[in-house]
Amino acid sequence: MDPILFFIFAAVAVICAISLIVQKHPIKSALSLIGVMGSLAILYLLLGAEFIAAAQLIVYAGAIMVLFVFVIMLLNAGEEKSPARPSWFAKLLGIPLMIALLGILSYVIQRAAPEGSLAFGEYTGGAREVGRALFTTYLLPFEITSVLILIAILGAVVLAKKEL
Amino acid sequence: MNGVPLSWYLILSAILFALGAAGFMIRKNMITVFMCIELMLNAVNLSFVAFSRHFKTIDGQIFTFFVMVVAAAEAAVGLAIILTVFRNRSTLQVDDIDSLRL
Amino acid sequence: MNFFLLSLIKVGLVAAVLMTTLAYLQWVERKVIAHIQLRVGPSRVGPHGLLQPLADVIKLITKEDLIPAHVNKFFYLMAPILAVALALTSISVIPFGPQINVFGVETYMQLTDLNIGVLVLLAISGLSVYGIALAGWASNNKYALLGGLRASAQMISYELPLALAIASPLLLHNSLSLREIVNAQDGYYFGFLARWAIFQMPMPQIFAFILFMIGAFAETNRIPFDLPEAENELVAGFHTEYSSMKFAAFFMAEYANMITICALATILFLGGWHPPFPVELGSGYVPSAIFGMAAAIALFHGLNPARPKDRFTLPVFAIAFFGLAIAFAIPVLNSILLPLFWFASKTGFLLFLFIWVRGTLPRFRYDQLMRFAWAWLFPVSVVHLFATGLLVALYSN
Repeated sequence: MDPILFFIFAAVAVICAISLIVQKHPIKSALSLIGVMGSLAILYLLLGAEFIAAAQLIVYAGAIMVLFVFVIMLLNAGEEKSPARPSWFAKLLGIPLMIALLGILSYVIQRAAPEGSLAFGEYTGGAREVGRALFTTYLLPFEITSVLILIAILGAVVLAKKEL
Repeated sequence: MNGVPLSWYLILSAILFALGAAGFMIRKNMITVFMCIELMLNAVNLSFVAFSRHFKTIDGQIFTFFVMVVAAAEAAVGLAIILTVFRNRSTLQVDDIDSLRL
Repeated sequence: MNFFLLSLIKVGLVAAVLMTTLAYLQWVERKVIAHIQLRVGPSRVGPHGLLQPLADVIKLITKEDLIPAHVNKFFYLMAPILAVALALTSISVIPFGPQINVFGVETYMQLTDLNIGVLVLLAISGLSVYGIALAGWASNNKYALLGGLRASAQMISYELPLALAIASPLLLHNSLSLREIVNAQDGYYFGFLARWAIFQMPMPQIFAFILFMIGAFAETNRIPFDLPEAENELVAGFHTEYSSMKFAAFFMAEYANMITICALATILFLGGWHPPFPVELGSGYVPSAIFGMAAAIALFHGLNPARPKDRFTLPVFAIAFFGLAIAFAIPVLNSILLPLFWFASKTGFLLFLFIWVRGTLPRFRYDQLMRFAWAWLFPVSVVHLFATGLLVALYSN
């Protein structure tokens, strides 16, 4: 069951990612990215990371991507203009080189990755474990991120203001 | 066969990262370029979670959480910058935004 | 019993009840609004307009399915499907009652219990923005686009106070599973005051409840926050270009979201299926008494009819209510029906509140809406969460 689910959602993720980079219209790209995020959330569930899966949907798909879609709709961004002179060299060699690179990469990962397979349900890290680690071991990074977010809010407000 | 080997997750993560990087280089629309960065972050998150599962520790998930938080902050500031650029130059094409002054 | 067979039966039951409720909620809303405005409301189709939902369904199905020429077809068709699918999915994690025993089969009155039920509901409500935003964008119409823009801005803004308002009762309940949250609200103070979250020590969550309800109005795009479909500014907002079943899909999504969010409020703040006062004080007889009284009133008015046809319809209602009253008095059915009764009556009251507010309040202006969310609701919910956390920490030591 696990490998089947993995392959289905890995395929969905890869197809959506390809669609993200070949679609001409930004809103179609944005929806493809949401597809990637959704299938990754399911892969996280398969890996036993419930809280991260939910956070992926709430934070990434539900907040960040809504912001993207909102900005695209606000700016009324249209279709992208294709580059004036596409280079024949890049056209001819780009895709074969990419496949070769991925092949080498997969081979190296296959060789270097630790042995052993992961079955569903052997290990789960739920919200309780994440929360405990976040407020004990990782308390300082957590507090620093909150300051980072505050700075980001201020920066966004200042930047988006009509006149300073 | 009952489980999924760790290397499969890592390969999927590598594929997604490569696609994100490729999109980052070939796309011309500023918003799409930004989305490709998000795709790369997501790919890295997947390998963090897979490692967290493999070594049976929670740390990888914590890192994923931090990446998400940073991505949220980055999206807020980045989109505000894109809005400002669009207001000043009325274009989203990265090629057209090549001078430092207005 | 086979797990899949059991799940299939439960899904069928929940789907049938949910669809009927969706159709009749519309009837209830029209009737209540009509009586608030001193009108009669739907009264032609069936007794008291009771068959009106059926007529509406037939009308919506048989209407011509228009696809305007200037729309982006793929997204135009995807948006209503997305909206209604997400809205109906969220009901699957809502628990309606405790563990029950039907013909020797032990089961929970819930489709699935997740460890992270609350987070799943938040995730689905976050994703449901896309249905509306895409509808607005794909329609290729300026009113629809403005509606979609307003919806996405409004729903991101109000999701923050909503999530913060959900977080403070979670501190008391110490769980993310909806069933455990309800179980944590079992019991009574001093033998009569229910341990619901809105009364629970050390920090009664009554303010969180109010904040949650305000956020819920905005999340479901209801008056006073129905800016995405404000008809005097935007024609019909994001669904201007939709007709027939696709329009019905948005309508269903709105009502399903309303039901889900009211059920969530019941679970988080009003103790789920636990009665408001203990069984020792006679809470088990309340449904029988209510339905018996309703039967008596209907019978009285049937015997002294105001209109000729009431002579036939009201006695029928009286018999139905009387049957319900007897059903609640049978000890065997009690363990199943009583929790359902309390859950449904609390959720129903909150739904009535939604309709009541629609009949009472005018619509906000857009800048007021945003200012209200960020300058008032958000700080208040942060302070409330902080106070709850502090009290819970002090109390537990």
